[in-house]
Amino acid sequence: MSFLRKSVHLMGAVARQQKHLKVIAGTISTTARDYSSEPANEFGNFPGAKAPFVSKLNLIQPEDYAPIPIYRVMDRDGYIADETQDPQLSREVVEKMFRDMLLLNTMDKILYESQRQGRISFYMTNFGEEASHIGSAAALEMRDLIYGQYREAGVLVWRGFRIDQFIDQCYGNTDDLGRGKQMPVHYGSRELNFVTISSPLSTQMPQAVGAAYAMKLKPGNDACVVCYFGEGAASEGDAHAAFNFAATLECPVILFCRNNGFAISTPSNEQYRGDGIAGRGPMGYGIATIRVDGTDVFAVYNAMKAAREYVLKENKPLVFEALAYRVGHHSTSDDSTAYRSAEEIEVWNSVEHPISKLKRYMVHKGWFDETEETEFIKDVRKKVLKQIAASEKKLKPNWREMFEGVYAEMPDHLVEQQKELERHIEAHKDSYPLKNFEK
Amino acid sequence: MSNMKVAQVALSWLSTLRSDVRLPSLCRSHFTYYPTSLGTGKKMNMFNAINNAMDLALSDDKSALLFGEDVGFGGVFRCSVNLRDKYGKERVFNSPLCEQGIAGFAIGVANTGTTAIAEIQFADYIFPSFDQIINEAAKYRYRSGGLFDCGSLTFRVPCGAVGHGALYHSQSPEAYFAHTPGLRVVVPRGPIKAKGLLLACIRDPNPCIVFEPKTLYRAAIEEVPTEYYTSELGKADILRHGKDVTLVGWGTQVHVLLEVAEQAKMDFNVDCEVIDLVSILPWDTNAICTSAKKTGRVIIAHEAPLTQGFGSELASYIQEKCFLYLEAPVKRVTGWDTPFPHVFEPFYLPDKHRCLSAIREIVNY
Repeated sequence: MSFLRKSVHLMGAVARQQKHLKVIAGTISTTARDYSSEPANEFGNFPGAKAPFVSKLNLIQPEDYAPIPIYRVMDRDGYIADETQDPQLSREVVEKMFRDMLLLNTMDKILYESQRQGRISFYMTNFGEEASHIGSAAALEMRDLIYGQYREAGVLVWRGFRIDQFIDQCYGNTDDLGRGKQMPVHYGSRELNFVTISSPLSTQMPQAVGAAYAMKLKPGNDACVVCYFGEGAASEGDAHAAFNFAATLECPVILFCRNNGFAISTPSNEQYRGDGIAGRGPMGYGIATIRVDGTDVFAVYNAMKAAREYVLKENKPLVFEALAYRVGHHSTSDDSTAYRSAEEIEVWNSVEHPISKLKRYMVHKGWFDETEETEFIKDVRKKVLKQIAASEKKLKPNWREMFEGVYAEMPDHLVEQQKELERHIEAHKDSYPLKNFEK
Repeated sequence: MSNMKVAQVALSWLSTLRSDVRLPSLCRSHFTYYPTSLGTGKKMNMFNAINNAMDLALSDDKSALLFGEDVGFGGVFRCSVNLRDKYGKERVFNSPLCEQGIAGFAIGVANTGTTAIAEIQFADYIFPSFDQIINEAAKYRYRSGGLFDCGSLTFRVPCGAVGHGALYHSQSPEAYFAHTPGLRVVVPRGPIKAKGLLLACIRDPNPCIVFEPKTLYRAAIEEVPTEYYTSELGKADILRHGKDVTLVGWGTQVHVLLEVAEQAKMDFNVDCEVIDLVSILPWDTNAICTSAKKTGRVIIAHEAPLTQGFGSELASYIQEKCFLYLEAPVKRVTGWDTPFPHVFEPFYLPDKHRCLSAIREIVNY
């Protein structure tokens, strides 16, 4: 119950809470007896749970718990409310944060358009969530291993994934690190410690936990694992598995939920009825938890710094919920105005937008230069467009690669099948797009 | 052969079931165990041999991890007994009761290059982890263009009929996995093979599933070499040479077929070649086709249901590659297309009588 009491103080709503606390007084541990009207006289010592007995029957209601508060550093006007929370980042770092967010935003806009023109088959933008990516990535070390869902391209931007690498992946050409095998936006980089994305939701979650466990046992380990997922994905069974394994097996993993309010068309109130994803952490799984304003890059940064320090020092997991709003459509196969209003989107795309907030902060600091911003965006646009033209022209990998990587070595039956296709193509050269593929 | 037969031990594995339901002690086994002789070694049953293999794997590879439900105290089939004491609770440990978690966790461990030996308590309970195994483990290397893989991962999964296991302690789900490129699937027929295959899978750079016929854990006893050795993956074993009919099976069914082959020789002077397929995926097409071309008659037998069982794949492949050599249609003797029943198990299994009738039919075709 200590969490309950702490959140009472944090919320500054002591009076209201005391009323609730009285209702469930009997369930409060002896350490919370100052709030209790009838002290527990006996303690239950069951293997499944240790708690005081009560002689009055009470349902514990979700309303008995104050919601976990949202940590923020900067308000929507770009002012820091509590100076002690200012991360004091240098101008250089803040400018990199800003530029990376702009780069991601600009690249998204163009690649989204190029999908609409049929140049790439699929795309997913990151609009509105730029601060969650950049703020969290900035607080990590490159040796920390990242598992993502698909809407975390900003983490790659921060780590140095290049425009050409993003676009080559979307085209699946011969320079795609993934060898053209997956749909667009399924990025991965061994060099940048970013595990290749896959479409099935939440499968990466227990995997991240396993990786964290293995890393923990390595002598002198000083790297953690970060696993990103959306609030919709958190409904999958694998999310439950991950939370529970991480807690019981004590794994240094940050379970980072991007709660953007929607899973395709499903709003979060049809996704869960508890206190978001953060609410599951402390009482549900016994995991330390932080909830932050995901449109505030400094809040995300500070919280991630603290989270990283905690998981590595304690060798325990942490649940991190970053609240934001999915400003863009779910993907290029979705029109989100079919299930939400344009006015609502507009609020999050302007005053509440993470890039606008950081921009206002920079203006106050005297670090913002409009001409520079315009120039930068223009430059990124040019680079992206040029890269699209280049990536489009590049050949796809040799079709024989379709048979490679199924196993570490190609087994006999695949050698046979490859030969069969070879003979077939030889006989029907004109029926296949061979000129687009490497020889 | 009689001196090679091992007396059947009535198993009291009931206590290892998840529920507390006491099942009546039912029948004797439907098979007679034919041990593989491999010179000298230590007398071990199959769970001893698997325990010995994991002991060697954990000492050979200092970072290897062993985990699953109830693995810590030795496992419900005693396969991991004493290993936690020997290697510590950080390396040999219980997981929460969640198969999708076990599989996902194992993949993550393997992503870092660490060896993961994960146990799914019964093959019947592997289905919650189906997504992790099929969509993730099997496709990791392929989809990442080789940037990431989970090749250092092995699943150990007790499977098959046990006399009274009914629907959820008897299944043989190998065919579900055989349809998935990227996996290795193997089934041992006894202690020597179980140890060799398990050690080979642990070392193999691909995700592997070892389906261990649980009825053999105690019943199968052989002289097992105590040192480290591996059994070749993807290779079938010809256990009995013959010229008239090829009998193909794996796991417990191999022993049924060996007995049937003896009987066929005595009863109708038919000379059967018995092949243990061993590897379900990738499988040894060469060994099967060579034998099929020699005998011209093939019977495939497995405990799993007929429709879309792995026998279908073998039969169609043989038909395609050995068409001109076949003297009779390829025959499948398998479990029926029903769930695995409790009291009707003796009528469900492709036992020696059904296999023997199949031989008579195929030679008289």
